[in-house]
Amino acid sequence: MDMMSAFFRRPAAASILSLIGVLAFYVIIGGVNLANLALAASWVNFAANLGIVALPVGLLMIAGEIDISIGAMMPAGSMATAIISGYYGLPIAVGMAGALVLGILVGLVNGLLAVRTSVPSLIITLGTLVGMQGVVLSASVLLTGNASVALTAPEWAKFLFGHLIGGSHQVVVIWWLVLTVLFGFVLHKTRYGNWIFAMGGDKTSARNAGIPTRGMTILLFILSATCASFVGMCQAIQFNSAQVSGGMDYIFNTIVSVVVGGVLLTGGLGTVPGVFFGTVTFAIVNQGIYFTHINRNWANLIIGVVLLIAVAMNESFRKLALHHQPGKTAKASPS
Amino acid sequence: MTDEAPVLELRNVDKSFGPIDVLQEISLKVRSGEVLCLLGDNGAGKSTLIKTLAGVHPPTRGEILMDGKPVQFSGPKDAGDRGIATVHQFGGTFPLMSIGRSFFVGVEPTKGWGPFKVFDRKLANEIAVKAVQSFGITRIDDGDRLVGGLSGGERQSLAIARAVHFGARVLILDEPTAALGVKQASHVLRIVLEAKRRGLAVIFITHQVMHAMAVGDHFAVLIRGALAASFRKGEKTREEITDLMAGGEAMAGLEATLETYMQSHEGHPPPSA
Ligand SMILES: Nc1ncnc2c1ncn2[C@@H]1O[C@H](COP(=O)(O)OP(=O)(O)OP(=O)(O)O)[C@@H](O)[C@H]1O
Ligand SMILES: [Mg+2]
Repeated sequence: MDMMSAFFRRPAAASILSLIGVLAFYVIIGGVNLANLALAASWVNFAANLGIVALPVGLLMIAGEIDISIGAMMPAGSMATAIISGYYGLPIAVGMAGALVLGILVGLVNGLLAVRTSVPSLIITLGTLVGMQGVVLSASVLLTGNASVALTAPEWAKFLFGHLIGGSHQVVVIWWLVLTVLFGFVLHKTRYGNWIFAMGGDKTSARNAGIPTRGMTILLFILSATCASFVGMCQAIQFNSAQVSGGMDYIFNTIVSVVVGGVLLTGGLGTVPGVFFGTVTFAIVNQGIYFTHINRNWANLIIGVVLLIAVAMNESFRKLALHHQPGKTAKASPS
Repeated sequence: MTDEAPVLELRNVDKSFGPIDVLQEISLKVRSGEVLCLLGDNGAGKSTLIKTLAGVHPPTRGEILMDGKPVQFSGPKDAGDRGIATVHQFGGTFPLMSIGRSFFVGVEPTKGWGPFKVFDRKLANEIAVKAVQSFGITRIDDGDRLVGGLSGGERQSLAIARAVHFGARVLILDEPTAALGVKQASHVLRIVLEAKRRGLAVIFITHQVMHAMAVGDHFAVLIRGALAASFRKGEKTREEITDLMAGGEAMAGLEATLETYMQSHEGHPPPSA
């Protein structure tokens, strides 16, 4: 009983329950064989690409900000890599550096605008989203005369960023897992994590307590834009080409994953394990539907339902956590 | 003792926001181990006054002195570093953080080395819990509890304990008892007295004369941005203070309206509501 209530008070609880619910639904209603679904490449690959962006977006949201420019930074990252190293034939390292520097620059612009103006970050990053879409399209048409560019990456780059492990799983899965551990460590174990929670709770008090809130905000925006361009870069290396379009889905997908994962939209609360399970849940709903008898078109309805249920659960578990008095429950059960 | 320079002093401080004069010619002193109660009606300028003291607003004219030396705060952080701590009505501002984490925001204790320095949760919880308990709030015994789950009085106590722990010399409390029940309020008042006993200078803002009289050594009444009265404990009765706070003018105004009403209604008092 105590263990159960301790579980429900954890911010990741709702996302784990959502995941179990989705799996149960797919098994019972959809006739899915769990053994087939378990580590199927389709959803794992999908989750990895999504998860690498969801992690920094989750941190930003905990700090009370949001970044939707990631939708443009994915194609920007892959186009930068492909134009520099594919079209112009420069070494792949230069193309990769180009993609990442672009991420850093756009993140810097987002961050500076967020701390210098009182414009909400949703609007700021909407501006950079649309702006970067224009930049990417114009640059690729002007420079290459094409909206799609081919790229052949050398062996080492393929191995690190774009090969299939066992012929099925993208290597970015490893990056995703490593980044999850890293982000989890920073958010939950270091003082910087505490700063992020404090900023999301009350930015003015956080600044008065001596936290460099401006620097932290800028850094978080740089992280999210760079992670998005990193995913784009990996995709270009993986698929030997880059397109101007695509990436817009990521805006919606990351926000749903992060919110299902228990991050409070208004900031101040959330966990990395929660974001991880939120991403997995989203990926399984989205890709696992192909393993069921259910028509693919229902997937969005399921995502909508999962989102609402998860948010409702988060809400009630949060109340439970707020009004939990450890002394009392501990005495009630002698475990 | 009284020869000692006051910890914090205001000399002829004015504060205007553009054309609006909110504070006029305010002179105040707080000494260590003393509670100064700041009384005044809504809109009298109490919050503006303490924001000026806490470095949020620079004074338009006049001087702020600490330990007898003129100071200029560059911001709330600067004032905080010099030992001026403000506790707001709802205490902790991070309701979704644990007691231990919120206690150490910005000054987290860490253990380990280099890039592996981790936040020392156990130590943070221990120190935070000990600090609140030393103020007599023994019901708080788990640093992992969320601040938002504490009662209003406990939250105030936690915020005060935090300020004292980090070496505050002046404690500014903006209506700490306003939203509290009788029992919770008496907790907070006891903590105010404990802070005073530990040698802090306390500025206590309240609407409730009873609460002021329970802890105050010095009283200052603000009316429309000016210091209407300043007196020591025992110099005035509760009724006199209430009267002052309501603003002699307001009362006079009320009487005047009543009188005109009586005249225009041939001496009948207005029907009581
Ligand atoms: N930034 C500002 N710009 C203009 N006027 C202001 C500003 N801040 C406060 N005022 C005005 O100054 C007056 C005093 O406000 P203040 O908040 O200090 O009163 P108070 O005594 O704290 O009232 P309460 O008891 O309601 O908290 C009010 O008339 C208010 O409108
Ligand atoms: Mg006020």
